[in-house]
Amino acid sequence: MSTGWFVMVSAIVFCIGASGVLVRRNPLVILLCIELMLNAANLALVAFARAHGNHDGQIFAIIVMVVAACEVAIGLGIIVALYRRRLPIDVDELRELQG
Amino acid sequence: MAEVVFFIAAFGAIAGAVGTIALRNPFYAVLGLVVHLLCLAALFLLLRAEFVAAAQVVVYVGAVMVLYVFVAAYVGGDDEAAVSSTPGPGLRTLSLLFGGALLVELSVAVIGSGLTALSEEGRGFNKDFGTPATIGELLLTKFLLAFEVASFLLLVAAVGSVMLARRREGLEPVGTISVSDLFSTTERTGTVGSGDQGTMIEAAGEDRP
Repeated sequence: MSTGWFVMVSAIVFCIGASGVLVRRNPLVILLCIELMLNAANLALVAFARAHGNHDGQIFAIIVMVVAACEVAIGLGIIVALYRRRLPIDVDELRELQG
Repeated sequence: MAEVVFFIAAFGAIAGAVGTIALRNPFYAVLGLVVHLLCLAALFLLLRAEFVAAAQVVVYVGAVMVLYVFVAAYVGGDDEAAVSSTPGPGLRTLSLLFGGALLVELSVAVIGSGLTALSEEGRGFNKDFGTPATIGELLLTKFLLAFEVASFLLLVAAVGSVMLARRREGLEPVGTISVSDLFSTTERTGTVGSGDQGTMIEAAGEDRP
């Protein structure tokens, strides 16, 4: 399989994730859509690592996974804190995140 | 053979992604993302990235998605019950149009690019391409700084999420438990979890509207 096929799959998944961030209003699902976009970038990185025959892209993909895990931990912490305060779990209602 | 595996995995990945954004219930959306991640791991295997595929399955599907499932079960599944109450359907179609335009633009960029690497199979590689040994050696030599920064980032994120989600009272004050408590027969009252239920955020911002 040529690299272009993988890059096209990556582009499609990225667009699905981007429109998901815009369409959905539940912050949990928005985090899921950010994961989709990060994974699309990962696929492109690994595909180009294979195309170039060296490992740099794979290392980048692993670092992206680490950053995604951190983002998940903080984002889910914020969602749990919102739920405990009885705030609506809806990004349209949450106009401010202070205090 | 590789083509068959590629098309099955690519279809699964795209279907999982569509399911993630289309399903109403957040729990099912999480399951759609799990399907997507598993198919992506198969694509990584096709690209000879064995360690990345294993890390994808173990870290993402095994750990991060379990966290998502826990939070989806905790927060509850009545997602977007009052859809189209405030913003109206116009914004929704507009954002879908934006996604379509982004796809068209990316497709033009990929198809019309002059990169010769896009239409090739890829360079040759030796047999330890993408194995854990190679990746580990690179992480500890060439990419040592990125490795250390990533570990520090994980530490900061862990501390931050604990601060965000812990209860207001925090830990029990030191010195309230003595040895005699171990032998006392009366039940201890007023210990952990008996106070106000809330978060640090709530405690800090309680006087605000």
